[in-house]
Amino acid sequence: MKNRTGITAIMVASVFGMTCLGCLSGDGAKIIKVSAKRFEYSPQQITLKKGTPVVFQFTTEDRTHGFNVPSMNLRADIVPGKITELKLTPQQTGEFDFFCDIFCGSGHEGMNGKIIVTE
Amino acid sequence: MNKEIDRREFLKLTSIGGVVFISGLSGQPALSLPFGKTKDFFFVQLSDTHWGFEGAKINPDAKGTLIKAVKEVNSLEQKPDFIVFTGDLTQTTDETNLRKARMKEFKQIVGELDTKVVHFMPGEHDASLDRGETYKDFFGETHYTFDHKGVHFITIDNVSDPTGSIGEEQLEWLKTDLAQQKPDSNIVVLTHRPLFDLYPQWDWATRDGAKAIDLLMPFQNVTVFYGHIHQENHHMTGHIAHHSAKSLMLPMPLAGSTPKRQPIPWSTSEPYKGMGFRNVLSQSKLDQYQLSEYPIKEDAIV
Repeated sequence: MKNRTGITAIMVASVFGMTCLGCLSGDGAKIIKVSAKRFEYSPQQITLKKGTPVVFQFTTEDRTHGFNVPSMNLRADIVPGKITELKLTPQQTGEFDFFCDIFCGSGHEGMNGKIIVTE
Repeated sequence: MNKEIDRREFLKLTSIGGVVFISGLSGQPALSLPFGKTKDFFFVQLSDTHWGFEGAKINPDAKGTLIKAVKEVNSLEQKPDFIVFTGDLTQTTDETNLRKARMKEFKQIVGELDTKVVHFMPGEHDASLDRGETYKDFFGETHYTFDHKGVHFITIDNVSDPTGSIGEEQLEWLKTDLAQQKPDSNIVVLTHRPLFDLYPQWDWATRDGAKAIDLLMPFQNVTVFYGHIHQENHHMTGHIAHHSAKSLMLPMPLAGSTPKRQPIPWSTSEPYKGMGFRNVLSQSKLDQYQLSEYPIKEDAIV
């Protein structure tokens, strides 16, 4: 029974490792994976809880993009072949727009998304 | 001081020296050179022509607007000494050959301007995908200076770096150039993106623009003309005035006035609304500039 439980736990961890649902970083912060490609982010809408620390892990599927949330003073370069991390503990509830601030082509101006911080 | 100003306040400000608006929305404003034999002169600013843009809901006359603007500039009563294009000459494309074709077509169209001295600079649509390589083949350097009748013009490239930065190398070049100027020199900066944080949420800023403003701040007479935001905006950073120009392809809404940064749709009742160009009268004796805004006229449809 112990062995079966152990195997189940590993499988769950493996599945969660692919999608990172509920993944935690070394210091216990929830990991939010964000993938960028021309001209969109996935996910485009990210919901966080006020006061709960998270770590963004950014990757790009094509070229260098930016991730900029001016109202949170948060930004990163998302470079091909690399995972870029940003830590955030949201202090205010509300909606905060993010966008690509590294020109990436004809749809660049529409490459944006939203962080929603709830109580 | 770092503030947004409306027209009325600006007129009040400029009554004690600086810049004066003359609005010509209903036709060509009557400008005159008031001092007889002076160093006063006109120059025209055209911006954000986005040649190659397609989108009938935004501008069904995308292939005609620039041609009309050229004809209207040629018909100005007060002939400009020179013309400046403050970036985004062409609509961006991933295809190098198409970019070249657009730049070639653009150059042919503006080659019809009667004014033979034309100064260009890139916008991010022209230069950010290849760091200005194709642009340079057609239009030359992306940052440079020139002098005209006692005014020192400096073009700053804040687009060849796709992060929207000027970069340390160019800032050092700017510092070296300014070292040759006197504190009371008349200086005009031409650039594409706003040097100040107009609205970073829509990328209406230059990442290291504050460094350029810091370098310019010791000089008493500095005015900046720029594009990028596709509308008029008049702003002061300390004593430095910043004036953005309208687009000649697609107008944009006021910063933050819409949920998304998207062009304003074409108005059938008011075609070409929000598009136009600017004639600038430089009055060296008063250290001031008079700005006259010109619309695109519907009856000039090509």
